[in-house]
Amino acid sequence: QGQLLIDKGVRPLSLAGHVGFDSLPDQLVNKSICQGFCFNILCIGETGIGKSTLMDTLFNTNFENFESSHFEPQVKLRAQTYDLQESNVRLRLTVVNTVGFGDQMNKQESYQPVVDYIDRQFESYLQEELKIKRSLHNYHDSRVHACLYFISPSGHSLKSLDLVTMKKLDSKVNIIPVIAKADTISKSELHKFKIKIMSELVSNGVQIYQFPLDDETVAKVNTTMNGHLPFAVVGSTEEVSVGNKMVKARQYPWGVVQVENENHCDFVKLREMLICVNMEDLREQTHTRHYELYRRCKLEEMGFKDTGPESKPVSLQQTYEAKRQEFLVELQKREDEMRQMFVQRVKEKESELKEAERELQSRFEQLKRLHADEKAALEEKKRLLDEDQSSFSKRRAAAQLLQAQSLTANGKKDKDRKK
Amino acid sequence: MSEAVVPDAMVSPAVGGLHGEKAGGPAVDFSYVGIDAILEQMRRKAMKQGFELNIMVVGQSGLGKSTLMNTLFKSKVSRKSVLATAQEKIPKTIEIKSISHDIEEKGVRMKLTVIDTPGFGDQINNENCWQPIMKFINDQYEAYLQEEININRKKRIPDSRVHCCIYFIPPTGHCLRPLDVEFMRRLSKVVNIVPVIAKADTLTLEERDFFKKKIREELRANGIDVYPQKEFDEDAEDRMINEKIREMIPFAVVGSDQEYQVNGRRLLGRKTKWGTIEVENIAHCEFAYLRDLLIRTHMQNIKDITSSIHYEMYRVRRLNENNTVMAHANGIPEHHLSKEKFHSL
Repeated sequence: QGQLLIDKGVRPLSLAGHVGFDSLPDQLVNKSICQGFCFNILCIGETGIGKSTLMDTLFNTNFENFESSHFEPQVKLRAQTYDLQESNVRLRLTVVNTVGFGDQMNKQESYQPVVDYIDRQFESYLQEELKIKRSLHNYHDSRVHACLYFISPSGHSLKSLDLVTMKKLDSKVNIIPVIAKADTISKSELHKFKIKIMSELVSNGVQIYQFPLDDETVAKVNTTMNGHLPFAVVGSTEEVSVGNKMVKARQYPWGVVQVENENHCDFVKLREMLICVNMEDLREQTHTRHYELYRRCKLEEMGFKDTGPESKPVSLQQTYEAKRQEFLVELQKREDEMRQMFVQRVKEKESELKEAERELQSRFEQLKRLHADEKAALEEKKRLLDEDQSSFSKRRAAAQLLQAQSLTANGKKDKDRKK
Repeated sequence: MSEAVVPDAMVSPAVGGLHGEKAGGPAVDFSYVGIDAILEQMRRKAMKQGFELNIMVVGQSGLGKSTLMNTLFKSKVSRKSVLATAQEKIPKTIEIKSISHDIEEKGVRMKLTVIDTPGFGDQINNENCWQPIMKFINDQYEAYLQEEININRKKRIPDSRVHCCIYFIPPTGHCLRPLDVEFMRRLSKVVNIVPVIAKADTLTLEERDFFKKKIREELRANGIDVYPQKEFDEDAEDRMINEKIREMIPFAVVGSDQEYQVNGRRLLGRKTKWGTIEVENIAHCEFAYLRDLLIRTHMQNIKDITSSIHYEMYRVRRLNENNTVMAHANGIPEHHLSKEKFHSL
């Protein structure tokens, strides 16, 4: 039929003129603009630490939040999705907040709902990817792209809950730790606090998200920012007049903490890094690292392998088919078993019934015999009685005759005497 | 035990514009979040990763396929230029030869693969000449599918799927031949076909228009949907642009990789005794339209249709046929085949 010859080794070629495929990135970007973007942020932190306020401040809107109570029996997650637009970019933003985190007496299971939520999003993406008829380009990606972990501004060190939670999450999501309510810490305390936090993270082996350094355009700013982690943030949606401008700030009797002033807090750095510089990288890391890890583990757990028992490559399809056949055979077997059991039971019941019938029959026979016996006995008695009666009547007749004879004989005697 | 609140997908339409000023009060700072910076991030990522494009050229020998490829990409990308053979023999069977190049323009890197099909339509008996080509295209889909369903898979699955197939129609001036109709009918279902009239410099403008009209009629009559396909138009704007293109296909092209002096400029063209045909002059031939369609405006769209429609159709077919084949092999009754998802296991 046909032959296939592929040239190994791709050679570089120089162009003699302008071809025009430099417009490819633009074509790609245009397509993305039409499709819109998706970004999902998970905020973990204690109740009242300022998660919702920070989100409002970051995205310059009011996300319709309400205060949660401190008396939640378990940690829950609340996810809300919004459509935002800036110039020609449409963003579908999902903000997931923990509710009741850190409020329980026993916090051993606090991390579990968060892990479950993240896994659930991976799972539904995996399901869509494995479907036969799928629509991946239309799929609303709900996987968590960035996780902001809010650290309490105690000024000392991380809490054990923080370490435990972050350790459980670092292989599933990009963790960006932030120090919340940073206006309660002084500058020198903050510096010491940051160093303590980072060293604790390192000594406990927690892998937080590092801003990527492979692209020269942003490598420099990312390196600097990596050194400022964790960001100490202050959130505020209220505006205070400073100078002749209205800025987002918190007003205290002793001064005004301006959110967007880099001397006051790291809010601007967080916004830069999270949105302006690395949003795409966060999405990509989620897809190529965290999701792939989840997928690999899940499939291996289900028993799929890339190589079969003889180390020959076994496709997912084959393994799936093999498992499916196993399952169907098992199903068939169980069906047969059930059918057999049913037949067995029917037989048993039948024999039981037959037994009962027989018993009944024998009882009947017995009673009949009894009845017959009694009848016979009665008949016998009757016969005896009849016999008795007949013999009695015979004797009576005989006696009567005798009496009659004796009477006539006496009469004759008397007659004879009289002569 | 632990349960998350089901996400209330409260999709509030544009909760407050992210830009703009507040009405009244002192002038406010331009409240800028920076979401549109993601476009720049995407562009950077695309430039870093580079692009891949696989074009297949199909047509009888002598129609100028290699020359056209060289003209399109302004460099010697065709197989002939690379593998210099002394005598180009017409092969006895259809061969499929693919050659790849790394090209770069203004920082955008692209791996271009040109797949040649020497021997197509050249035999005496051309029945089933599309089969090796169909098989090749399906093999590329298969390779991609296998990689995609691996447990340990590569970060970027190498894309060898044929994005676009340029079909060369000989300039008879009359109508399509049975070979053309058969081939295009079968292949338009698995790959994007762009038909072109080769060596269009043998047709006058009237002959060309007549030929094109005839070809369009025949394509319609046979139900052949060539690129841009009517059914994949996404919205009214798309439809408008694509309708204009659909009115012009097939493009009548002339290829050349030699430059001549015309009116003081050096232009690509073919020099004859009666004049010089300028390849990039739209009054002479429609090469420029083809180039714009393929490269400057619709390249991403071509790749998208290949990956999200043609490939997905192949995948559905393949995964479904696997189910029935395996089931029949094991004597499992058909009604057990209703399950489609993996997670039912």
